Amino acid sequence: MKAQAVTESKSVALISANPPPRSFLSSFLRWEWMLVGLIFLDVLLNTRLSPFFLDANNLARTSSDFMEIGLMMLPMVFIIITGNIDLSIASNMGMSASFMGLLHNQGVNIWVAALAGLLLGTLGGMLNGYLVSRVKLPALVVTLGTYAFYRGIAYGFLGDQAARGYPKAFTYFGQGKVFGTIVPFSVALFIVLAIIFGLVLHRTTFGRYLYSIGNNENATLYSGIPVARIKFIIYTLSGFMAALAGLILAARFGSTRPDIGTGLELSVITAVVLGGVDINGGKGTMFGAVLSLLLIGLMRFGMGLLNIQGQVQGIVVGLLLILSILLPGVAGQVSSLRNTRIQWRTVLTGVGVLAVFIAFFLFFFWSRAPVIAGG
Amino acid sequence: MTVQNPPALRASVSRNGLLWTLIRFREAGISIFILILVIAVTVRAPSFLTVDNFKDILLNISILTIVALAQTMVILTHGIDLSVSSMIGLVAMMVAFVVKQNPEMPVLFAVVLGMALGTVLGSFNGLIITYGKVPPIIATLGTLSIYRGLVFFYSQGTWINSFELPTNFKLLSKGTPLGLPNMVIIAILVAVIVYYFLNYTRTGRDIYAVGSNPDAAQFAGIRKQRITFLVYLMSGLLCGLGAVLWVSRFESAQTNTALGFELQTVAASVVGGVSISGGVGTVPGVLLGALLLGIIQNSLTLIRISPFWQLAAQGLLILIAVISDKWILNRVERTKA
Repeated sequence: MKAQAVTESKSVALISANPPPRSFLSSFLRWEWMLVGLIFLDVLLNTRLSPFFLDANNLARTSSDFMEIGLMMLPMVFIIITGNIDLSIASNMGMSASFMGLLHNQGVNIWVAALAGLLLGTLGGMLNGYLVSRVKLPALVVTLGTYAFYRGIAYGFLGDQAARGYPKAFTYFGQGKVFGTIVPFSVALFIVLAIIFGLVLHRTTFGRYLYSIGNNENATLYSGIPVARIKFIIYTLSGFMAALAGLILAARFGSTRPDIGTGLELSVITAVVLGGVDINGGKGTMFGAVLSLLLIGLMRFGMGLLNIQGQVQGIVVGLLLILSILLPGVAGQVSSLRNTRIQWRTVLTGVGVLAVFIAFFLFFFWSRAPVIAGG
Repeated sequence: MTVQNPPALRASVSRNGLLWTLIRFREAGISIFILILVIAVTVRAPSFLTVDNFKDILLNISILTIVALAQTMVILTHGIDLSVSSMIGLVAMMVAFVVKQNPEMPVLFAVVLGMALGTVLGSFNGLIITYGKVPPIIATLGTLSIYRGLVFFYSQGTWINSFELPTNFKLLSKGTPLGLPNMVIIAILVAVIVYYFLNYTRTGRDIYAVGSNPDAAQFAGIRKQRITFLVYLMSGLLCGLGAVLWVSRFESAQTNTALGFELQTVAASVVGGVSISGGVGTVPGVLLGALLLGIIQNSLTLIRISPFWQLAAQGLLILIAVISDKWILNRVERTKA
């Protein structure tokens, strides 16, 4: 219902002949520029903090750590632009990689096994696509179910075993470098695919349809665009890319365990949303998503060099994610407040309660469990 | 479309109308599913249908029920709270530290402390979502990693073990002064309170109204922002309660406590008939949803399905439950039209 109201108001905005005048600032503050600025800032800061940051070999090596996220991010941009979501990608990746590992353990040729893994992942994507587009179940519900289902199948395939001993020719996909350069193969693959996905999104009618579905699905359907088929295609694509990412991750590790890639779906969604793609659909660019992946990668690499734990790094990424949406919204609210009378009493009460909350929490947080007198 | 918001209309539409039978029908669907499952499992493993086994199931789903009810209130407003697992993790760690430092402390104080800490975390979510205008899924995705990061920050990588916790605190969840384990009684109590709150209080009805049609709710004079804020706050509060019970039951607090739990709570709500687009869902439905998840988990072990295939079977059964629910709904809609 709410989603419908949102799309309706969006279509009203599209129809109106005179778009609301954009402020001078907002044309400057395109999100992509913001990301470029943040990347620049991050590089500057990290070069000051660690002498190992601006090292071509280090950067090349660390960049391959983010390529699985990157590969799954590309179709996720499509899916989120249509206003849907796919939570099952990391599980699908685990399922495909485990299937390949299982076949490899049983002595099947590695290339046949890899192909079978890709096929299974694609089938997984098709199942998602079928349930979302034909059975018309909410994407969140479907992919939450397959999130458990596919990961479960991965455990079913391998159990507590690991598949290892992949031939050199295969591990090249995860560990090798493009001939004669220091660029890892997976990075080159990602760049090529990102360009293709970007061209499809921004230069083809298919790409325009994705935006159209995200802005107003019903209107798109009534214009004779095969909405269900398009959704089916992008979920299938997502399954294929998840499988591809799974194979590359397996090749990079040189082994497969069934819990491979657990939790990556949230990293992927974070990268897409931080890249300026609207979670409600209809807005966003591929370039923004790629930039945000670069930013997250550089930030995590920099923090890693400073010996900051992975989970603590999550605080920074999480804050950045929230602030990226929060700040433009708050700026808008403050400027709209200019014309209304502010009820100071309400504001002060709110701030007071908030201060008490924060003080209470910080007391327990910083004191690391106080000894309570009289307890 | 009309099927999407019957509970909001429940107050105004007469109780013997078609909508009302439909609501009943929805819970009948999952009840039948549970019944079939119970019969099928009992045939394979007769030890399934014993009082002890059901006590076991109830004990296992108590925390899930409490948090799923919180998740339900959030989903009813067309939101989602992905940060529940991290809130549980953080509160569990902080409460465990305090309990370890003050073993003589009354247990009730630990419960109150946990709920208070949870409330702070939940209201932070609410603040970002209502006044910061950040979509719920993004805000709670962000706090999911922030709160989890804070767990590491707070504990410095250490954890609390069973021997560091006082006995009376461990008995908080498992003691049986009233016949059933305390935790089950607490879960039932929470369910009753939430049921009363959602169905018989004005604020509770407002939650349904905001979820089924936010614009209409606003025109009707409901303070949308306040209601939204409130559901996230309550989500934090119940997560705090769940966290204390978690520490008490598993007798430890680790950095990865409740990791991935958020998806289980969403699954329990959705399987229980709560519509992800808001406005639809009942407390009995969610209880059945949590019960179904508990029975699935329990019975898969009993009928000796390899533990490695259990997650797959769980996922498949959730999918089947959701698809059949949709199928039934389509049938009903077609006969109505």
